[in-house]
Amino acid sequence: MAHLIDRNGLRPDSWVLFDGDAGSIAPQADLLISFDEWRERARVWQQHPGRLGLIVAPSDDVKAIAADIGRFAMVAVNFPKFNDGRGYSSARLLRERLGFAGELRAVGDVLRDQLFLLARCGFDSFALRADQDPVAALSAFRDFSVRYQAATDEVLPLFRRRSAMAA
Amino acid sequence: MYRYDRYDQALVDERVAQFRDQTRRFLAGELPEDEFKPLRLQNGLYVQKHAPMLRIAIPYGTLSALQLRKLAEICDTYDRGYGHFSTRQNLQINWPELARVPDILAELATVQMHGIQTSGNCVRNVTADHFAGVAPDELVDPRPYCELLRQWSTFHPEFTFLPRKFKIAVSASAGDRAAVQVHDIGLKLLRNPQGELGFEVWAGGGLGRTPVIAPLIKAFLPEPELLNYVEAILRVYNRFGRRDNLYKARIKILVRELGAERFASEVEAEWAALRGGPATLTAPEIARVASCFELPPYRTLASDPPVLREAIEFVPGFAAWARRSVHPHRVPGYAAVVISLKAHGAAPGDATSDQMRAVADAAEAFGFGEIRVSHHQNLVLPDVEQRSLPALHALLKKHGLATANVGLLTDIISCPGGDFCSLANAVAIPVATAIQARFDDLDDLFDIGEIELNISGCINSCGHHHIGHIGILGVDKAGEEWYQISIGGVQGPATAIGKILGPSFSRGEIPDVIDRLIRTYVSRRSSPDERFIDLVQRIGIEPFKEAVYGTSH
Repeated sequence: MAHLIDRNGLRPDSWVLFDGDAGSIAPQADLLISFDEWRERARVWQQHPGRLGLIVAPSDDVKAIAADIGRFAMVAVNFPKFNDGRGYSSARLLRERLGFAGELRAVGDVLRDQLFLLARCGFDSFALRADQDPVAALSAFRDFSVRYQAATDEVLPLFRRRSAMAA
Repeated sequence: MYRYDRYDQALVDERVAQFRDQTRRFLAGELPEDEFKPLRLQNGLYVQKHAPMLRIAIPYGTLSALQLRKLAEICDTYDRGYGHFSTRQNLQINWPELARVPDILAELATVQMHGIQTSGNCVRNVTADHFAGVAPDELVDPRPYCELLRQWSTFHPEFTFLPRKFKIAVSASAGDRAAVQVHDIGLKLLRNPQGELGFEVWAGGGLGRTPVIAPLIKAFLPEPELLNYVEAILRVYNRFGRRDNLYKARIKILVRELGAERFASEVEAEWAALRGGPATLTAPEIARVASCFELPPYRTLASDPPVLREAIEFVPGFAAWARRSVHPHRVPGYAAVVISLKAHGAAPGDATSDQMRAVADAAEAFGFGEIRVSHHQNLVLPDVEQRSLPALHALLKKHGLATANVGLLTDIISCPGGDFCSLANAVAIPVATAIQARFDDLDDLFDIGEIELNISGCINSCGHHHIGHIGILGVDKAGEEWYQISIGGVQGPATAIGKILGPSFSRGEIPDVIDRLIRTYVSRRSSPDERFIDLVQRIGIEPFKEAVYGTSH
């Protein structure tokens, strides 16, 4: 099965995917709904007593939910294929533009060799593809000790830190 | 030259370790080929016809003698004693063993080199004018900006899986020797009326299947905003560039589909959110990087020394070589020298390890130990004292590096073609050597004058055939190699895409076809000062068509 990890190791997963059957929802459930579902029935979902999570597909424009972002405790950005890089931009926009501070999870074709990059873009939990070894994958977070660019994990580019360290 | 500090060095060292582990997992069967592929490509490693091919980055085409010697050593130890300089100012070696590539990368890291992002759907090696820093017509040295872009793009976490590859070129001269208008982003340094430095930004140019000359999307971008604005372009492209069709995935298609104006306004909106942010360049950082490219300690010398005039008059072969290879320098008494890697009969852009060592020696003996790679696939010694030119010529001649054909018909730009590349439809090198064999007389070449001939073995256009005065493109017709000819392409400030003459030719016909084009030119030119391309622009392609296909076409 797919393991959920963060940079420190395995972690439990409380989230349930909405399966289209409103009758089966437990009131306190941590419920994951799709971007389209939210856009069509936001009013209904606002009433859900438990926590809400949002699934973002590569083509979903996260800027469109800027006003609602506070309602979500978690956003899961889906990578149907690991080499579709749109999710990296979605993640940075969620964190840096929309100010999303909840759990940002990479789901789908999530592989060890992309973890370092994903973490830099603001992801803090990772639902690894089922065949990935979760323990071996943890080392990928330490692939590099240096980061040239500013990104979500590092507010300043190296050149600003370089000059601060030299001063 | 840029010199690594401990951060730059740590990054390349850690990259070697990362790729060593990825290669180990691939060879152990733990990492499937389709998942290993982007990882190896982003380290420059292709799987080619006969063996893997490793593309080594030469950032903006600048090399030290030490680095060139290391490349020679790598060619000897891990390959077959030669390498191929590419149109992206990189070096390709064609016979490395996959399992030993991590060792090659480790060797490169010892001289501040790597194969990072020389392939893959990411920001590639940033290219620049090969005369950067020494050209008399230059506003400022573009290389500090290339280096700033190199650092910004290296392992950029957001832009490692773009829809397609992404190429940036920077130029700072009126002559534009970096072909900025056929790049995904072309940057041209300029000053505004207030005297402030900034960039013209061109976006969405490119060659390949759909050649496009980039539109100007920003007339003046202030210097400190460089990285913010480029990041904005990349974000718009990453989010909205097409991913459904490999052939429509380059940014030029997005720019064309949105229209340049709408694309520019999307970028402006994204830039507005980034503007003035942490990635805004600081004066100390620009100064730090620029200090690496400061002028070397030039001597006070007179131009045109007597020893040079004597050599022109008395040394056999020197005058012709000097006419083609010696280029102006901003400092009196100095010259920039182009070393032709187009000896007739050899693959264009190839150099043996011995030749690399000879060039490294020459760079130290006759310059400040620096070498450039041009996108014409030649090498450049940027700082040669004019009084040393005869001695340099003698040394180069000894190593088969003094062919006096720079800028002439046989200075052919060519991709490796079907002899090596698995993408190619047709061979390219044998076409180049057949043309060189037909036009083997130096006097004839001088009479024909300046002309650019480019050959690509397939529509990916690595040989830039679209912008050659004469372009030759290898096409596949029912499994056979055919060649399509275009004329009228231009690179530089007046960039133009060549027009296809007509039906394609078999390989054997090509030297005759080129001969007919050249004879038409020679008979129709108004004077020897009217170059081939000038004539094509004046009279159009019809007379050339007739010469090649007859009047019945």
